[in-house]
Amino acid sequence: MSPPEPDSANASRSSPAPSRPPGPLGRYALIAFVVSAAAAAFGYVAGPLDPQRLTPERIVDDLQANGGLHPGYRRNHAKGVCVIGYFDSSGEAAAYSKAALFARGRTPVVGRFALPGGNPYAPDGGVPIRSFALRFTQADGQQWRTGMNNMPVFPVATPQAFYEQLQAGAPDPATGKPDPARQKAFFAAHPETAAFRAWAKDRKPSASYATETYYGLNAFYFIDAAGARQAVRWRVEPDNGAATAPLSAQDHDVLADELDRRLAKAPLQWRLLVTLAAPGDPTADATRVWPPERREIDAGRVVLARAQAQDAGACRDINYDPLILPDGIAGSDDPLLAARSSAYAESYRRRTAEEARAGGHPPKELPR
Amino acid sequence: MSRNEDMFWWPARVLHWLMAVMIVSMLFIGAGMVATVSDKHTWLLALHKPLGISILALAALRLTLRLLHKPPALPADLPPLQRFAARASHWLLYALMFALPLIGWAMLSAGGYPVSLGAGVVLPPIAPSDPSVFALLRWLHRTLAYLLFATVLLHLAAALYHGLIRRDGVLRSMVWRRGSRDDVALPPASGDVGASPVEDASVR
Repeated sequence: MSPPEPDSANASRSSPAPSRPPGPLGRYALIAFVVSAAAAAFGYVAGPLDPQRLTPERIVDDLQANGGLHPGYRRNHAKGVCVIGYFDSSGEAAAYSKAALFARGRTPVVGRFALPGGNPYAPDGGVPIRSFALRFTQADGQQWRTGMNNMPVFPVATPQAFYEQLQAGAPDPATGKPDPARQKAFFAAHPETAAFRAWAKDRKPSASYATETYYGLNAFYFIDAAGARQAVRWRVEPDNGAATAPLSAQDHDVLADELDRRLAKAPLQWRLLVTLAAPGDPTADATRVWPPERREIDAGRVVLARAQAQDAGACRDINYDPLILPDGIAGSDDPLLAARSSAYAESYRRRTAEEARAGGHPPKELPR
Repeated sequence: MSRNEDMFWWPARVLHWLMAVMIVSMLFIGAGMVATVSDKHTWLLALHKPLGISILALAALRLTLRLLHKPPALPADLPPLQRFAARASHWLLYALMFALPLIGWAMLSAGGYPVSLGAGVVLPPIAPSDPSVFALLRWLHRTLAYLLFATVLLHLAAALYHGLIRRDGVLRSMVWRRGSRDDVALPPASGDVGASPVEDASVR
């Protein structure tokens, strides 16, 4: 590096401006300042210089803390089973959405039934929540992925409240279980959880994935061929016979076997029902349902033909990001959607890295 | 006085500044979108993919033009270490301009994601659907993006060093004559006036 030339004679001759050009030290300082400012701006945007921000890492860290670290598994909905089938569209929803899968016809589907939480060895009867995720793949390569739950509302409306709920549910180091006082305080501070708590209160854990209704929870938009947007929510309603006696809290590993037994007899079916919002219905609040008189469209049937164990099944490497949508469906202003999308991506990043390190399979763990 | 041979060809200058804006935006978009759970995640991601493909297409155009039209020579008196740093960093910038969009595309393919550019446009997969491949490419995508940002900072510092300290015409060769006050008005360091420029086919 050659030392800088002050070159003051040239500078003064050619710059008539009253302010003298900075000396060499000032110029080096200017370069250092410009480069540091760019680096600092990057540090802020990337997170390290903005420690207050709620990041996907923090949410996934908390899920991991609550469910335990199980390498290779999803950080939430860790226990599940893959299902293969198709969607037979009735064509009824095609007037509202130009997505090819709503035109009359058949679209292949890879789904996954799961339990909430990060523990792949959780007892099936521990909680009443069940989830159902679907990936529809159109002939043109576009996909619709949706993750649904068997409750009609989500406990909270915002990512921040979800994060606080995770913290309130953190296991107490003394007991290994969540602190009931802390959870009570969380619910008291979050009255929007009332609808969910009312649903969960006397809800018994279902003995079958096949007899549950699953709700998309968040609002979306259907976009028709002319570009018109209609706010919608969807759910799938089972057409698989009456529900059987509920599980007890100790029941372990019964749901996947029950699904196999049903599928050995006949395919399982759900009707895909789309609710159309009226103007003014909330789209940004997953804790509130829309009035029951809203119009519904029977978009078609989801038919499941067979199940696969999740450690080798087709759903294992699918991230059921609810914002992977075909042209004709768009996310709403519900803030949970972006949070789900980014947290699922972080969970996917972690578990695929663990899977890669273990040679392409979920790392072996001993069931407890 | 005609100094046009000391300037980058005008299409090269247009592409340089257009891509500078795009690449720096892209680095901030990428870093920001994975570090937030807000709706910024959604719209930044929707911007990230078509912008990445645009950068890939422009990088191909730029390399073609670069091979067709030789850039101005580096100053003859540039010390060997700086000459090496200039060449190496420019090759690295070119390599990363191609590598990052291609790795991003392959990474989404390996993750089984549709490579959607918006408005129903989906690119074909360029890698097998494989979580281990995804994991490797995902790591590479982030690591090389940080390397690109570091290289861009180095490039920026070097450009300012040429413009403010050495005042040797290197920064001026990439900007327009008018409106650039750095080394336009100032002749190069006195001892070098009249030195014949050495032909230099290296990438700058």
